Amino acid sequence: MARDDVKTGYKLIGTRPNRPDGLDKVTGRARYGADFSLPGMLHAAVVRSPHAHARIVKIDASKALALDGVKAVVTRADLPTGLTGEDLNLQDNTLAGERALYDGHAVAAVAATSALLAQDAARLIEVTYEVLPHVTDVDAAMAPGAPVIREGVADFSVPEGMHGNVARYMEFGHGDVEAGFAAADIVREHTYKTEATHQGYIEPHACVGQMGEDGRGEMWVCTQGHWYIRRMSAAVLGIDAANLRVTPSEIGGGFGGKTTIFMEPLSLALSRKAGGRPVKLVMSRSEVLRATGPTASASMDVKLGMKSDGTITAGQVYFRMQGGAFPGMSPIGEALPCAFACYDIPALKHEAVEVIANRPKAAAYRAPGSPMAAFAVESLVDEMCRELKLDPIAVRLKNGATNGSKSSYGPVYNVIGLKETLEAAKDHLNYTVPLGPNQGRGVASGFWFNHGGETSVTLAVGEDGTATVMIGTPDIGGSRASIGLMVAETLGIPYENVRVNVVETGALGVNEPTHGSRATFASGKAAVEAARHAMTEMCRRAAADWGIDPEAVEWKDGAAHPAGPNAGKFPPMTIGEIGSKMGSTGGPISGHHEVTAEGVGASFGTHVVDVEVDPETGRTTILRYLVVQDAGTAIHPAYVEGQYQGGAAQGIGWALNEEYVYGADGRLQNPIFLDYRVPVASDLPMIDTVIIEVPNPGHPYGVRGVGETGITPPLPAVASAIAGATGARIRSLPCSPPKVLAAIMAARA
Amino acid sequence: MRYHTPTSFADAAVIAAAATGTLRFLAGGTDVLVQMRAGVVQPDDLIDLKHIPGVDEIEQTPDGGWKIGIAVPGIVLGAHDALVRDWPGVVEGMNLVGSTQVQGRATLAGNLCNGSPAADSVPGLIAAGATVTVTGPNGSREVPVEQVPAGPGRTNLAKGEVVSRITLPPRGKNGGDCYLRFIPRTEMDIAVVGCAVSLRLDGDRIVEARVALGAVAPTVILSDAAAKAIIGTTLDDAALAALTKAAQAEAKPISDKRGTKEFRIEVAGVLARRAAKIAYDRAKGLTK
Repeated sequence: MARDDVKTGYKLIGTRPNRPDGLDKVTGRARYGADFSLPGMLHAAVVRSPHAHARIVKIDASKALALDGVKAVVTRADLPTGLTGEDLNLQDNTLAGERALYDGHAVAAVAATSALLAQDAARLIEVTYEVLPHVTDVDAAMAPGAPVIREGVADFSVPEGMHGNVARYMEFGHGDVEAGFAAADIVREHTYKTEATHQGYIEPHACVGQMGEDGRGEMWVCTQGHWYIRRMSAAVLGIDAANLRVTPSEIGGGFGGKTTIFMEPLSLALSRKAGGRPVKLVMSRSEVLRATGPTASASMDVKLGMKSDGTITAGQVYFRMQGGAFPGMSPIGEALPCAFACYDIPALKHEAVEVIANRPKAAAYRAPGSPMAAFAVESLVDEMCRELKLDPIAVRLKNGATNGSKSSYGPVYNVIGLKETLEAAKDHLNYTVPLGPNQGRGVASGFWFNHGGETSVTLAVGEDGTATVMIGTPDIGGSRASIGLMVAETLGIPYENVRVNVVETGALGVNEPTHGSRATFASGKAAVEAARHAMTEMCRRAAADWGIDPEAVEWKDGAAHPAGPNAGKFPPMTIGEIGSKMGSTGGPISGHHEVTAEGVGASFGTHVVDVEVDPETGRTTILRYLVVQDAGTAIHPAYVEGQYQGGAAQGIGWALNEEYVYGADGRLQNPIFLDYRVPVASDLPMIDTVIIEVPNPGHPYGVRGVGETGITPPLPAVASAIAGATGARIRSLPCSPPKVLAAIMAARA
Repeated sequence: MRYHTPTSFADAAVIAAAATGTLRFLAGGTDVLVQMRAGVVQPDDLIDLKHIPGVDEIEQTPDGGWKIGIAVPGIVLGAHDALVRDWPGVVEGMNLVGSTQVQGRATLAGNLCNGSPAADSVPGLIAAGATVTVTGPNGSREVPVEQVPAGPGRTNLAKGEVVSRITLPPRGKNGGDCYLRFIPRTEMDIAVVGCAVSLRLDGDRIVEARVALGAVAPTVILSDAAAKAIIGTTLDDAALAALTKAAQAEAKPISDKRGTKEFRIEVAGVLARRAAKIAYDRAKGLTK
């Protein structure tokens, strides 16, 4: 249905110009974190705990310091004391205090004149450990008798009597679930588990830090959010934020994992101790997997009531999630609201606990919490659809959330596109392709809130009528191109005349990271406002030149025009003309906007996947894969499709083979890409995409975030397709061949 | 670290025999260099064998066998039409090692001497009845490939010994071989189970067979029982069932991050069956 508030007929929005970072990236010129170097720079290496849980009895660095070329060693004793709350957690994770809390936990760091020398020196730092009992599994961590790995982690929300590793408890809901279950024709209840997975970005963490004895420093770093790096590093080191200037590099992937610090303050602490010489710190892949944020592992109970016509009468979940050895890191606060976000169900009850375990401090990962919740709820919906022989899309259309629905977590949805994605999936060719032997089809929907957040943007008009836009959100998915298109559309100038730069912490007000699918939405919204601000000023300059009121001037097609016949007859004054003489008409012209961006629009998606399972080996092949998702407005459709495909690829990896494997000793068994099995290109078919555009009324061009929802449906969709192909339902990810084959053989027996 | 570039295997053996610390030979380097970079191995002596004449050559012997230099990379084997026609299973095993870039360097000898029970080229060599020439300070000897591995990361070569050549026997008429491995992905992975079958037919009947199983024991298994299960048969359903059972009985795997014991046993039978069928069709000239 046509909407009055939806503009169409854009000149640039919806086109697909070449990506601004493309040439640099394919020629190798793009400067990533590890590419930055400075004169006199030292190289650092980190000593990490080989134990899942151990008391640090003694650290002896004398042999390392005796090596020629070793300039500094830093241990926890070099960091300030007295921190509290999350600042203390960050400091504890940067360098272990009295105890190492997971395999890979940093214990000491060393800086030397070469990377090889630093690695040699790190091997010479002798750490004496007293090994302590450990626990790594989410359910085991809260079982009676499990070692309490940190005292006093429970916050006010945890009811009396829970295990000492439980850090948080949440509950909410509405309606009478017992009455709802009583009204159902079938009530089913199962437990689902997901293993921790890593964001798997191609670029390992890397930074160069420099800090003098005066406590003033600079850092060049690969990050999704340099103000966060600044605030967190300053807190860990006990310095003022203003004394640390942080410049982001080009970024080779983040997916949420680069929204926090892991080793960055160590470069500064080492530099300060080494007389202010810059220090480069680059993680190896194994360090990335052992010691940077994977996502949480989860164990989830779900109960649903359904009538034989597919009406869902009530739902109930109890989620248990562990996010490593630090409280507050598991996404229970997101997983619960996402669990039933796609549905309009009269009675729901949500409960969750967070438990800590001897694993690395979890970080955000693409729609944190939502993929696990979807795996649990969407798998059970699929199981019940198959039992009642109902079409899974029809059941979702029957129960799906729509405009004006009160969401499962409270707020009323304004304008959303879930049903549009379901209709488009139902009508797509992929949904009707006949299936062969050992093949199955899975369907699931998914949701992400999206986010606005603190945003500051400046736009400067050039002397030649071009525009430079300064944003504070690193570009991880095409936001420079999208923001450039929106600014060019607003100013009425060619896209090629706009350059968008991600600038350092000294150049703008505080920006939150690129997280929550917010960059194109929030920085884009602020950039449009900054352009309008500049347009107002340019109209004022033209009005002054023409000797008329500024209100009598309007901006269109890249030029100031008299607003109607009464304003006078003047030829349009272009942005180039205004820019060329701005020095004599009042000085430089820029626009600026800062805001905590409101008006986010949630993005819903529906995926359809066909698999073939080898009945003799349990190996799953993805035959075809369809992503249908609401983008609001697709500013640069190629990037939107890329986000859909990337989310699906990561979700397929999570569903099929990715997992953190811990040994009985609590050590990570697979900290290399050979054994941490992300999908390779040949594992996947070309992923089909359909962009649904239900514009978000909260954005000038209708943008919704598109980056995260796409990782949510693949987990249940793939497991449901496997169930269709084999008759065996996998309720514990990953659906790795040994697990699938065992389930097939059990079903046969 | 001392880096040596001998120009004969005799010289290489002398250097190796004199080495007192950690020693590594360098052919393609796709294992050694990676291990050095990862800090897994820090050799005191590194002997580069690529300066020895002939190490990059493939040569057919008068009897129809093949002599393969120890530095011939996988990609060259794969491009050698006559070798591929004779021993497709040997070549397809080697060509599964690593990526295209790795194929440009990785060698049969390196894959064998790295000592991995999951090495993709080793079951094919063993099924083919390949031998290696081992050169030591006191001369050379010929060793069947199955006698080289001693366990994960270890070989039976004595101090100072180095593999100096690989020899494949004459293929002869009505023969076929095949190597299959199981990995969860399509590429860039390590065999969870591997199996090679080489056989010869007289008419429709199998008269010779060798079956090798990889990644199901500390070393690749050459299974007499599995071979006997199909010799004398036309690879009918009963023979395939017997082969499956024999291969499964022979497998002695462990459970680890790459797969469970039960899974590996089950799949060893599946791969043996599938590899035998392909080798049979190749022997019949039905497929390449």
